[in-house]
Amino acid sequence: MMRLPSLLLISALLTACGWIEPWVKPYERAHLADPIMSFSPDPVSSAYIKHVYESREGARGASGSGGGGCGCN
Amino acid sequence: MINRKCAKGVKQDPKTPFPSGGRLESGDHYTLLPPCVSPLPKGEEISLYHFVCYVFTASLGLYLLLFSVVTAAAVLPEDRADALYHSYEGGGVEITGPSLLVLKKFGQSVAVTGNFYVDSVSSASIDVVTTASPYSEERTEYSGSIEYLHGNSVMSLSYANSTENDYDANTASFGISMDMFGNMTTLNLGYSHGWDTVGRSDIAEFSEEVRRHNYRLGVSQVITKDMILEMNYEGITDEGFLRNPYRQVRFLDASAPKGYSYDEELYPNTRTSSAVTLRAKHYLPWRAAVSGEYRFFADTWGIDAHTFKVGYTHPLSGGLLLEGNVRHYTQTAADFYGDLFPFYPSQNFLARDKELSTFTSNTLGIKVSYDVVKNGWRAIDKGSINLAYDMIWFDYEDFRDARVTGVTPGTEPLYSFSAGVLQLYLSLWF
Repeated sequence: MMRLPSLLLISALLTACGWIEPWVKPYERAHLADPIMSFSPDPVSSAYIKHVYESREGARGASGSGGGGCGCN
Repeated sequence: MINRKCAKGVKQDPKTPFPSGGRLESGDHYTLLPPCVSPLPKGEEISLYHFVCYVFTASLGLYLLLFSVVTAAAVLPEDRADALYHSYEGGGVEITGPSLLVLKKFGQSVAVTGNFYVDSVSSASIDVVTTASPYSEERTEYSGSIEYLHGNSVMSLSYANSTENDYDANTASFGISMDMFGNMTTLNLGYSHGWDTVGRSDIAEFSEEVRRHNYRLGVSQVITKDMILEMNYEGITDEGFLRNPYRQVRFLDASAPKGYSYDEELYPNTRTSSAVTLRAKHYLPWRAAVSGEYRFFADTWGIDAHTFKVGYTHPLSGGLLLEGNVRHYTQTAADFYGDLFPFYPSQNFLARDKELSTFTSNTLGIKVSYDVVKNGWRAIDKGSINLAYDMIWFDYEDFRDARVTGVTPGTEPLYSFSAGVLQLYLSLWF
């Protein structure tokens, strides 16, 4: 269990020394800002599809589109 | 070996009697801790979902230490309105209805969202045909949320209520989203509490309760100027009446004409699950996007599931957008699932709910979108009309088609069905 504190200490030092800096600048984000790059562009559609799968399959959660109580058991 | 544990840290073996007989007792308490934070009892082996939860939490801690540079500001989503018509048809079930959503900003720091959703169900599914009578019902859901932007963070509060003649569900959620590390990293944290009342349309006095706790943790990370990666964890604990009160189990009965009979299902009264999703999207040089997704799921009932999904988005000239996706899902059965039990009750917990059986599902989906307001019109900045169709095939490995008679019980063909899911919706941004 001594590994975790050492790892955390090393990471903290790395951050403090500024070894890792944001490598994609704001002016380089035209592609990322394109609507086609959104994981769930339409909330009504994502919520609906999530509901369809959660009422037909045993797995649930971590869909990235919020939580809700559908009462579908 | 994987041990199954319930939300309260009590070892809950399917073969061991459950103290409150599958019902939520007034003396029961609910944990407010995430599923993996509660300490393991001495000598207990670590379960798969605990392992997943620990690894994810530890990785996130390390990650935040590495990238904890907070800069710049987040933004709220644009004002929009969506009107969707949905239709699901398959396995003798037809579900249709609308979903309406409006998101409106007040100033630059507050956004309010309202959603109204309806499921009109007409069911003659295999469960209904074999053990009950076809029925029709309607489920209505109202939800509202408020988002508040402060510096680099967006906080949200939401509430949802869903009602049908035999089920009432309430969910209250809190979430916070923070942009950090030069806006390359977004951290999301969320908690939901749910309280449901389960009824029966044929027994007026029947009333049971369910309590739910959801814990969400997510990180979205810009990898390159063309690629974004997202990791999400969700731990859910449920406590109370967790089965469908109408579904029944099948057991051998020499005195019955078919050789088997049906009786009530018996479920544990707790369930805890963990799910981790990893997804990535990549921008392609000809203005298109390709995405990939994997989800691992495990719960205390013994269900392990894997979901794989790939998608492709391709804009065409004239405001047309095409999307295609393929999804594969596979799960193992719950420990207490059985298609045909030797007698009733042959064990303390019994289920024949096909959603708890071993099965796979495969989806092929397409979507076409068309920009209807290209250069703005009056108060509307832009708009799109969308048509999406998904075909899903479900293939069960230990759920047999009990509609087939005249064969030895337990030798009926395995059940399978396909479903068509249609969505037609209009989105307007203003």
